[in-house]
Amino acid sequence: MTAEIIEQPLEPWQAISKYQSKTTFNKQFGATATFIGTMRDFNDNADVSAMTLEHYPAMTQRYLDKLIDEAKAQWPLLDVLIIHRVGIIKPAEPIMLIACWSAHRRASLDACSWLIEELKHRAPFWKKETRIDGEHWVEKNTDGL
Amino acid sequence: MGIHVKFFASLKDKLKIDDVTIEQAKTAGEAWDITTNNAERPDNVLVAINLEYAQFDDLIKQGDEVAFFPPVTGG
Repeated sequence: MTAEIIEQPLEPWQAISKYQSKTTFNKQFGATATFIGTMRDFNDNADVSAMTLEHYPAMTQRYLDKLIDEAKAQWPLLDVLIIHRVGIIKPAEPIMLIACWSAHRRASLDACSWLIEELKHRAPFWKKETRIDGEHWVEKNTDGL
Repeated sequence: MGIHVKFFASLKDKLKIDDVTIEQAKTAGEAWDITTNNAERPDNVLVAINLEYAQFDDLIKQGDEVAFFPPVTGG
């Protein structure tokens, strides 16, 4: 179970493949559920050319670790990987990755969905968008619909 | 030792305070008042004490770290 906060570009599929190759659950997993969040080039009907993600390093790491522990307590998960970027991000670049492995699909699908929403509501990250008229802090996340 | 107070994101920009150490404060709310010179506190400001979400009337002690920040927007 791993949560990482990184400043360098995220290559989600490579990260999943690399992580899975090092896990110890071998052939026990029958399901892998993944979520990859990617930066859009628009928000609130405005063009966005870049985004800066700020975080509160010690607390953010603690909350990502805590979310994994809580997910593990709720579902029979074999492993979980969360990677979240900070710093400057450009449109179409991945912002975050969540991957959950389980023996059967329901646990990994439900845990992955739960982790996304909990991370968005609890983990201390903040987005600042660069638009044509300057930089703007994002006041709240979209409802995801 | 004091109390370490941090501000993040839009609050940091608006108040022009990054982090500061104050000699003492009884509660997180008092730490806000001291560090911001009694600035009006927006309704949506969140507070953490020692890396855990907390309330403004929670007690703090020497050596604690108090952080103020707006609603989170990661993911």
